[in-house]
Amino acid sequence: MANSQPKMSRALQRRENIAGYLFMLPSLIFFIGFVVAPMIICIGYSFTNANMNSKTAATTFVGLHNFITLWQDETFLLALKNTFLIVLVSVPAVCMFSLWVGSAIYHLKGPVLSAFRCIFYLPVVTGSVAVTVVWKWMYDNYTGILNYVLKGAGLIEKNINFLGDERFALWCIILILFTTSVGQPIVLYVSALGNVDQTLVEAAQVDGATDIQVFWKVKWAQMMPTTLYILVITTINSFQCFALIQLLTQGGSGTNTVMYYIYYTAFKLTEQRGHFGYANAMGVVLAIFIGILSAVQFKLAKEK
Amino acid sequence: MKLGAKRTTPYRVVSIIVLVLLALLFLFPLYWIVTGSLKPVTEILNPEPSFFPKEFTMNNFDRLFAKRTANLWDLAVPFSSQFSADHKPIYFSSGPSVPAAFRWLINTVFMAVAAMIITCITASMAGYALAKKRFKGRALLFSLIVCAMALPKQVILIPLIKEISALFMWDNLWAVIVPTVGWPFGVFLMKQFSESVPGEILEATRIDGAGEWNTFYTVVVPMIKPGIGALAIFTFINSWNDYFLQLIMLGSGSNYTISLGIATLQSETSIDLGILMAGAALAAIPIIIVFLAFQKYFTQGITMGAVKG
Repeated sequence: MANSQPKMSRALQRRENIAGYLFMLPSLIFFIGFVVAPMIICIGYSFTNANMNSKTAATTFVGLHNFITLWQDETFLLALKNTFLIVLVSVPAVCMFSLWVGSAIYHLKGPVLSAFRCIFYLPVVTGSVAVTVVWKWMYDNYTGILNYVLKGAGLIEKNINFLGDERFALWCIILILFTTSVGQPIVLYVSALGNVDQTLVEAAQVDGATDIQVFWKVKWAQMMPTTLYILVITTINSFQCFALIQLLTQGGSGTNTVMYYIYYTAFKLTEQRGHFGYANAMGVVLAIFIGILSAVQFKLAKEK
Repeated sequence: MKLGAKRTTPYRVVSIIVLVLLALLFLFPLYWIVTGSLKPVTEILNPEPSFFPKEFTMNNFDRLFAKRTANLWDLAVPFSSQFSADHKPIYFSSGPSVPAAFRWLINTVFMAVAAMIITCITASMAGYALAKKRFKGRALLFSLIVCAMALPKQVILIPLIKEISALFMWDNLWAVIVPTVGWPFGVFLMKQFSESVPGEILEATRIDGAGEWNTFYTVVVPMIKPGIGALAIFTFINSWNDYFLQLIMLGSGSNYTISLGIATLQSETSIDLGILMAGAALAAIPIIIVFLAFQKYFTQGITMGAVKG
């Protein structure tokens, strides 16, 4: 028996291998076929001049040409600047807001708590198109309720064309992005606050810590993994801000973002329609930025 | 001193008031869609908006329905556009002509349900394998999945179009379903849920002589049901609202989803707010009802996905 033991376990290992891969197979087909493969193709294309007319003109390898052109492309640089502005404003705002809402509602009674949670999640569920359509109306120059309210409150004298004015358009978009981003973080913070180790909280209270001290010194420290996750998903979300731009301003009024410019280059650019190589190079740059930012956030969170 | 007891401090009172105000602000866009869709056009275009409709009308919906029509369904022979003379799909069954919005709703429901079912099946199998099967390359596969989750989804969409066209799936609802299924979040989520299945029970089932599939189907699936529920509702809502994917994958009006249909109406008739609000209501209300009905699972899914960010 003792001799056959390793043999048995090798047979068992083989069985585990086969079973494991068979269970993985259906998912792997989709994952490799429609996520991993496009990723590799994306990187590959970014070094070529591939475009929609590649049937007539052969796709050629152009090395780093696309990436070099990017840094001389003023539209891209402006889009990059806008994208970073959106990320830098919305990520901290979303995190702080949802932390506050989460801490204000987590101890409420069940039905009240889920009512608040649902309400703050509604803009996400409503869907970007419906949300955008109604916000476009609310921002409208003539019939928009925002102009009406602001004028009624005496804050402005004449109607503002919010989406057509370079001073306001990007901020209007950030506001909508904000309302559609806080839902998930609030849910996460509520559950994280509910899971905080109560013995530590009580110990701190016995030692005479104030509510504010308990919150920052005890609860906040324990919620670090949640905060990290929220930072990462909100950053990715903000980088990908697309539907709002496409439906509200089409990149006009100084609201172009990298994601919209990728779409524009690949599908809309008139004289050079379908410049896939260039668009993919932008995608690669965007992915690199997101990767770097996520890594930095991980590192900062670990140090704390 | 009572520990942990909730006192009614001024801060608490103020924060509840602020919360209620914020909640009203968050509800407002939805309220504005619903009331806007029921207002007559003259009231919509009035620079002095009425917070509650003075007059209710279904006229906006009537005009939305009259604007475009489509067949209620078109069932094509798979890949028929490749061998038909004019490169158009051959339909073996078409429904009666109805307002296009209904067709868009049917398309959206089909897409979301198909994505949901396939994702739940593939992801629960894969999640179980990743959590409980000690096969070679498991760690590598898992880290690949986590890395893929952190990458921006939209970046891969352009190569995806080429791939989808090469597979003759472009402008077909499957072009939207297939990448949704491939997105690894579901696998990750189901792995989190499967971790909680005790190894002893699996061992006992194996000793009883149950095969791998039976073990999974009769023991694991009932135990991870809440997880499957969470993933189902999560996938349904995400796929319903994934506008960018729908935008680039679907090209012709009869294959549109409701989001895409409304977005197209918006670019065509940007002035007719009545129609747009009716469309927005039609797109938003069904998914909100689904969300409210299953929100318990939904919250669970979001939270489980974050346990190991």
